[in-house]
Amino acid sequence: MANLKKYNEVFKSCFQIDETQFEGLTYQSVESWDSVGHMGLIAALEDAFDIMMDTDDIIDFSSYKKGIEILKKYDVNI
Amino acid sequence: MLTSNLLAEKVVLITGCNRGIGKEIAKTFVMNGAIVYANARKDGSLEELTGELPDSLKTNIIPVYFDVNDVDLVKQVIVRINKDHKRLDCLVNNAGIMKDALIGMVTRKLMLELFETNVFAVMDLMQYAVKLMSKQGAGSIINISSIVGTRGNAGQIAYSATKGAIVSMTKTASKELAKMNIRVNAIAPGVIQTDLLADIDKHKMDQIICKIGMGRIGKTSDVANLALFLASDLSEYITGQIISVEGSILM
Repeated sequence: MANLKKYNEVFKSCFQIDETQFEGLTYQSVESWDSVGHMGLIAALEDAFDIMMDTDDIIDFSSYKKGIEILKKYDVNI
Repeated sequence: MLTSNLLAEKVVLITGCNRGIGKEIAKTFVMNGAIVYANARKDGSLEELTGELPDSLKTNIIPVYFDVNDVDLVKQVIVRINKDHKRLDCLVNNAGIMKDALIGMVTRKLMLELFETNVFAVMDLMQYAVKLMSKQGAGSIINISSIVGTRGNAGQIAYSATKGAIVSMTKTASKELAKMNIRVNAIAPGVIQTDLLADIDKHKMDQIICKIGMGRIGKTSDVANLALFLASDLSEYITGQIISVEGSILM
């Protein structure tokens, strides 16, 4: 639960969105999640969970939902 | 050797430190206060480097043995540096290979081998280093290119292409990373006295020296001193530059 809260907070602060927008949220579906915003998101998640993501995972991180799946690889269960 | 505190407490990763330019840069950085993670591929090959340092500074060299082409090991080293120091102030991409071939003799295998070490590994290292540098809002990346990457040289079409790629990567990275206060510069050495010149006979060497305005082959310290400047805060407003160290050579 704590991880979910952290995960959501990162999305909210990186993209200036609220929780009602998480469902169906994908890369470039909001203006702030562009390529620059994506790198900011990754940096914030790496900081929040003290991990370092592989380049392939950064590229595959295409949605709010997909991110939860990818973070499992780094022992972050949401 | 110039000694100062120009790099006091700075944490640096340098690849290809077992000999030549990389070894000299590592020594120079440690003598100027840095904590150096010194990379080489072969286990034990950094002993000569540590042996040349005063006892009081030996602990400032941390040998890290890995092949720069192994991206998992590259990542592990960056994770380790993050764990140890929570920062990385400077990355020197020095590791590289040189193989010559005339047009008509350049195989795909040769191209791939050169590009993997001289270009792809540099990209991996830069990408992982930037993760730490962006958090601290500062950093200096120094890529070792070559004069043949900016001017070309007969017999080195594949090698020069890799060093040319370093030039363009350096310029683009500097533009992308300037807003994070991460500087990216390249050094383009000319003819430098390293093992690579060991097999050249005196007659050929005299011919080379004739083409150098300053009348001598470059020393590894000529390159290391520039790297010291680029790693230090003295160059805090310099980025995207390709600086030659070649004593006015005619090519």
